[in-house]
Amino acid sequence: MKSLRNFLDKKKPLFQPGGKLSKFGSTFGAFETFLFTPNHTSKSGSHIHDTIDLKRTMTVVIIALLPTLLFGSWNIGYQNGLAFGVERSIIENFIFGFLKVLPIMIVSYGVGLGIEFIVAQIRGHEVNEGFLVTGILIPLIMPVNIPLWMVALATAFAVIFGKEIFGGTGYNVMNVALIARAFLFFAYPGEMSGDLVWVYDLAGNKPVDGFSGATPLAYAAQNASSEIASFKDMFLGFIPGSIGETSTLAVLIGAAVLIFTGIGSWKIMLATVLGTLLMGGICNLFPANEYMSIPAYTHLVMGGFAFGAVFMATDPVTASSTEKGKWIYGFMIGILVVLIRIFNPAYPEGMMLAILLMNVWAPLIDYFVIESHIKRRLKRAKIKGNA
Amino acid sequence: MSETIKLRKGLNIKLQGGAKPEVETLPLPFKVALKPTDFQGLTPKLKVKADDLVKAGDALFFDKYHPEIQYTAPVGGKVVSVNRGERRKILEIVIETDAKAGSVEFKKADPKTLSGDEVKELLLHSGMWPFIKRRPYGVIASPSEKPLSIYISTFDTAPLAPDYNFVMKDQMGTFQTGIDALTRLTDGKVYLGIVPDSAFAKIKNVVINTFSGPHPAGNVGVQIANIRPINKGEVVWTINVQDVLFIGRLFETGKVDFTKVFALTGSEVENPKYYKTVAGAPVASIITGKLKKSENKQRIISGNVLTGTKVSNQCYLGYYDSQVTVIPEGDNYEFLGWAMPRFNRFSFSHAYFSWLNKGKSYVADANLNGEERAFVVTGQYEKVVPMDILPVHLLKAIIADDIDKMEQLGIYEVVEEDMALCEFVCTSKIEVQKLVRKGINLMIKEMGN
Repeated sequence: MKSLRNFLDKKKPLFQPGGKLSKFGSTFGAFETFLFTPNHTSKSGSHIHDTIDLKRTMTVVIIALLPTLLFGSWNIGYQNGLAFGVERSIIENFIFGFLKVLPIMIVSYGVGLGIEFIVAQIRGHEVNEGFLVTGILIPLIMPVNIPLWMVALATAFAVIFGKEIFGGTGYNVMNVALIARAFLFFAYPGEMSGDLVWVYDLAGNKPVDGFSGATPLAYAAQNASSEIASFKDMFLGFIPGSIGETSTLAVLIGAAVLIFTGIGSWKIMLATVLGTLLMGGICNLFPANEYMSIPAYTHLVMGGFAFGAVFMATDPVTASSTEKGKWIYGFMIGILVVLIRIFNPAYPEGMMLAILLMNVWAPLIDYFVIESHIKRRLKRAKIKGNA
Repeated sequence: MSETIKLRKGLNIKLQGGAKPEVETLPLPFKVALKPTDFQGLTPKLKVKADDLVKAGDALFFDKYHPEIQYTAPVGGKVVSVNRGERRKILEIVIETDAKAGSVEFKKADPKTLSGDEVKELLLHSGMWPFIKRRPYGVIASPSEKPLSIYISTFDTAPLAPDYNFVMKDQMGTFQTGIDALTRLTDGKVYLGIVPDSAFAKIKNVVINTFSGPHPAGNVGVQIANIRPINKGEVVWTINVQDVLFIGRLFETGKVDFTKVFALTGSEVENPKYYKTVAGAPVASIITGKLKKSENKQRIISGNVLTGTKVSNQCYLGYYDSQVTVIPEGDNYEFLGWAMPRFNRFSFSHAYFSWLNKGKSYVADANLNGEERAFVVTGQYEKVVPMDILPVHLLKAIIADDIDKMEQLGIYEVVEEDMALCEFVCTSKIEVQKLVRKGINLMIKEMGN
């Protein structure tokens, strides 16, 4: 490693202001800090610092996402096999699926990081780590049949208009990966919804009899609750859906990692579940149609609920920043998911829209939490002041 | 009267190099110095010049805006130099010590027999006053104001902090004298924060509160916030526990005696223990020959690792400090550090595998362990601030120079040390303590006192 370090030290002046390649200073910095934790020491305040940094935080999130990526890859092969009656082993299913996911990931990372590097250089900033997670989230919430150019377009749109124009990582209002998905959802609904997009190669080919490719959410929206897969299948993830979202079990493994490391907010996750159960429960009490009568807990394993609650709603930049606000924010997401799913047949999946909506509301929630905090403090001042 | 207050939030950082319960008395150092820079917001006016002879207790300088507050020589001798920095700012007044120089004779009296104004006069003249600080803002108390009450924490929970129960166990009488003097200064009460089974439990004329919990439970600001938080327009005073001894000695002997015990701690110290010397002693007098041989750079800190000041061998100990910590500088690169398991590196989160080593003490260096970023992760600061305060939002108000919001969110209740742990745990490596002081300075500038 010493020789690599020496090599970097030798080349460094080239990239510093005044150097020949100073145009690529941010790019050099990004690779240098990727390879070596910098030698910066504290200049003011605390002399010691926690070992954690943003790179590690993002790495942990990526590790937490791996189960969904692995299972999702396998499921692509499995669903394709079901559709066309092909028998494959577990490994073959996985390889089949992974080869479909890989190009989407490459495009997402390539386009997103490319833009990040360029913007960082224009601004003269370091390259932020935020996209490391966004880059893997985007493929995981896409249908497998998505054309690669759409992935590129959506990623570019999300990174530029969802993040960079606000100032980059840490300043965005809405979850970047969800903006990418929402962009495609409204711009190219044909590729993002319906029964044919979720299973590889289903469009234009004739599947075996009885296979429709419809997701449980689609059946539910058609009030065909008898067609919905079993709770067990939905929990384990043997259903069609976006690449990484189908297995609630895989998501729960990720949730365990996030909560144990202290990086994901368990408050938001729990509040989202509670909100969903409450709203689903209310619907169960007044079952005006079939959808309203499916048990509330089914919502937890259908569609992107679990994935969204664990990996999207908890994005600290776009969620509420106050601890009390996190409860409200999560709870409202839970309520909105059920409302959108049941009462808006145009959008079978409510999670994306619920989270995006609450992203916009999060600052308002924080505002009220802070105001009530201030009021309480003032009250304390008055009581004590007179005593 | 005593009640136990349990604090849950906070964090104990276990580091290697805690002081053994053993005190060595050092000989009178060759030189000592008084540094105006140790006092927040002070504009010093010199009363001495180079080659002047001074006795212990003779004023060296005073505060331009509070001329009654004198800053006196901790020991007698000859003023050898007044060291100045940029724009002729006075950095240190160095005295070559002379054991035969003697001390100024102040009035020797039982403080209980004195009026509040007499006690105040004596403290101002003898140079004891600057040890009394005020909240809000953590600056030297103004003699003209009446504090609501006075708070003293008798224990320190910071990493490797000295154990005052051990250091001061034989000086409870002098401590009581100091307390008796302080009680004269307020119409309210003097509050003492102690740990369970503390030697300070038998001190009289005070209200005792027992605290338990992790750092920063020992911070006086945290204790105030949990006893009776400071509201707008209120002033309370605080004083460090060892500094009460100086006041006690003054009343008992009529002379100033700035002898105190320093803990020499940290993983780079060969044999960490306590040393008795005089305030303002050279750093070199306490550390020379006592550090581990190392090829790497070492960082010497006057104070603890969270709030102390970086010093060099040529510097003098801080006026308010009771601890010297030496840790590795850590100015080296680590290959793929962020991706490593790092069993031996402490983290508040469980993102590294050091959580497997429960109860282990760590070696921490001064490396930032990352680069500064925007606020991204939320909910971290809240876990280490045991006060009714939203730390992130207070900091954001400070960044925005929003005085109203700062006031509403609790700027009156905090000083740097109360939020030092935020800086430690911060994923984005934000300079929290610097921001807190920036906010406080803005408040002083805009609002006056």
